[in-house]
Amino acid sequence: MSTDIRIKKGLNIKLKGRAEHKLSSVKRSSTFAINPTNFHGLLPKMLLKVGDKVQVGDPVFYAKQNEQIKFTSPVSGEIKEIVRGAKRKILSIKIAADKTDVFKDFGAKTPGNLAAPQVKELLLDSGCWPFIKQRPYDIIANPEDTPKSIFISAYDTAPLAASHVYALTGREKEFQTGIDALSKLTEGKVHLAVDGNSASFLNNVDGVIIHNVTGKHPAGNVGVQISKVDPINSGDRVWILNPQDVAIIGNLFLTGKYEPTRVIALAGSHVVGPQYYTITQGTKISDIVDGKLVLGKNRIISGNPLTGASVNSNDPIGFYDDVISVIPEGDHYSFFGWMPFIGNNKFSMSRTFFSWLTPNKEYDLDTNFNGEDRAFVMTGEMEKVMPIDIYPMQLLKATMIYDIEKMENLGIYEVAPEDFALIDFISTSKIEAQDIIRKGLDLMIKEVG
Amino acid sequence: MDFLRKQLDKIQPHFEKGGKFEKFGPAYGGIETFLFVPNHTTKKGAHIRDGIDLKRVMMVVVIALLPALIFGMWNVGYQNMGDGHSFWDYFSFGAIRFLPMIIISYGVGLGIEFAYAIFRGHSVNEGYLVTGLLIPMIMPIDLPLWMLTISVIFAVIIGKEAFGGTGMNILNPALIARAFALFSYAPFMSGSTVWVADSVADGVSGETVLGELAANTIPDTSVFDMFMGYMPGSVGETSVLMILIGAALLLFTGIASWRIMLSSVIGASLVGLLFNAVGSSTNELFNFPWWQHLIVGGFAFGMVFMATDPVSGAQTNTGKWIYGFLIGVFAILIRVVNPTLPEGVMMAILLMNVFAPTIDHYVIESNIKRRKKRLQKVNA
Repeated sequence: MSTDIRIKKGLNIKLKGRAEHKLSSVKRSSTFAINPTNFHGLLPKMLLKVGDKVQVGDPVFYAKQNEQIKFTSPVSGEIKEIVRGAKRKILSIKIAADKTDVFKDFGAKTPGNLAAPQVKELLLDSGCWPFIKQRPYDIIANPEDTPKSIFISAYDTAPLAASHVYALTGREKEFQTGIDALSKLTEGKVHLAVDGNSASFLNNVDGVIIHNVTGKHPAGNVGVQISKVDPINSGDRVWILNPQDVAIIGNLFLTGKYEPTRVIALAGSHVVGPQYYTITQGTKISDIVDGKLVLGKNRIISGNPLTGASVNSNDPIGFYDDVISVIPEGDHYSFFGWMPFIGNNKFSMSRTFFSWLTPNKEYDLDTNFNGEDRAFVMTGEMEKVMPIDIYPMQLLKATMIYDIEKMENLGIYEVAPEDFALIDFISTSKIEAQDIIRKGLDLMIKEVG
Repeated sequence: MDFLRKQLDKIQPHFEKGGKFEKFGPAYGGIETFLFVPNHTTKKGAHIRDGIDLKRVMMVVVIALLPALIFGMWNVGYQNMGDGHSFWDYFSFGAIRFLPMIIISYGVGLGIEFAYAIFRGHSVNEGYLVTGLLIPMIMPIDLPLWMLTISVIFAVIIGKEAFGGTGMNILNPALIARAFALFSYAPFMSGSTVWVADSVADGVSGETVLGELAANTIPDTSVFDMFMGYMPGSVGETSVLMILIGAALLLFTGIASWRIMLSSVIGASLVGLLFNAVGSSTNELFNFPWWQHLIVGGFAFGMVFMATDPVSGAQTNTGKWIYGFLIGVFAILIRVVNPTLPEGVMMAILLMNVFAPTIDHYVIESNIKRRKKRLQKVNA
């Protein structure tokens, strides 16, 4: 079964340095890390202390909110260090890795023979549960909920995004098994969004509703797809996963092993020879990027340049990320840089640059703010990049003043920060929309739950 | 450039926290960001940002105003001197009259903006770059400079800063300046003698098309002259051709709303047609062809540069259709049925400025209702 989702609003940002379809592996790191800060709103509680030995799949810490949600080690070795910040907040857990991994055996199982509670249990024990996020709020799903549907977007339209189809090549069987397992968890349907412009093995996956998505970014955002297929109402829960994590779950059922390996793209204008790499969850950024960057001031982003997090070389790659973007820092002045129609190496949705003359040009954008923050002035620009049926500016204003009733009425449950990433980008007044929405969602968690 | 940057870097510490001139930090910031787009980088949210910023937007509007501005200065000379002089004669005559008005408007307005920024400790906003040019362009050329000064002060303080500055105001500040001047100094703002420089002294007739119609005389200005702007009026507003050039730039760059411009023309045309159909023997304005309403009395200028002000206008796309349409309707309605106020355009825009939030409210309410209905359907 398949349907079409056509997105008209949006903006494609073409950046230099897209990853070439070429796969290498990186040298195995001596230390891996898990950063609990990758999981929004999580309060981690340690299960191990420094010096403890772990196998792959052994729980390292759990979520204080729900003790069932465990976070397991991606490698076998020894807990080397627990890095704490202010108020003893756990920032990072470093694990010294063995030469080769020893896996904890969860036992191979056929999802078709299991009931929902057994599937849940296996996912929770193995550390696969955190792969499942929920909408609204964009946080780890609550295992006690039953979602009305599960959405997987295998079409990423963000700048420098990795190709899911390429990353999943050779893991078709795992992916299908993962889908089989997930479909046990919902009474509704599992939805799989694929690139509507090119067919792949994903079009033949069983047990899902295929959505052929076409359109500009954010067409690939799962929140946009949900809003077109089965919009979220107050009280609803929809679960979402990344395609590669579905394959990791499938692999767990096929082999009984938690094997969090992932194909990631190292991309961006300041990468020499951007391409794909196979890595294990928790690999340090420096182990991936060293020797592959253009010298100079770089910003390394775990994720794409619109929604990713700025990282330094000691951090691990983000738990949910499948791309590392490296772009130049932009801490430079530009003399009369605001004059219309000059400085055309910059990209703009408006036609106040001549960049509209070269729609296919790939841009080398840096991190310059290109202005200063101002009050809301321009109207109509946010609507151009917001395909969800909400009023983005009014929702942002309601969120800024924490007017809960209005936020609810204007559709806060239907959005995640990533859906506002393009608004961050295009805003003339440089409104930090993602930050505002994140804070608003956190407030809703606290007040409404 | 490098030299300038070095000088700024040298004095910058004085204006930072703990520096000698800490209080004047916002003023320094205002000048610095005018010269250089700052070296700020993204700290949270998206790591890359669109090249556009508010200064660039405002400058595009200023550029869009230039054709009308230059023509307006030429026309000031032309209206006073009549045929037979060179372009430069007309232009320099107009420039000598008009440049002081621009200087006053920018000087006084920006002075207040900077003072407020220092006083309130916020950064200087660039909104006044456009307002400061709009105000003299919609005033009569003979308006005494002290009246202009007071109008600017009123508009900036009461119209804008009292609400919190650029982006917060309810009414269009340039129109506030004009409305203030009209009601405070009516003899200098209306009638047959104010629209042409030195018209009394030089004995030049300076009645506008609408003024003549209101007096029930049929104007002898040709349609071509109306469109080209060879007629008396405020400096910026006479030439529809020049305004359309500006409009083209605003629409092409995506800065002004085409919805407002289009719907206001539709609204005005419909009301004009209605009056034409009704007709009147006592009010020539009823019989003035509907399409000619669109090219006189500052209608084009108002629709292109004033109604489209994003801050005081409707903010939703549906709201913009309604807002623009009603501006068109009221502009012609006021103009025709109240001959003492040929300035229907200004009144209509100010009126709809007040109602814009109400329009938006109902537009957004329909979105909210849709969402609630969906919820009810699921729960049912």
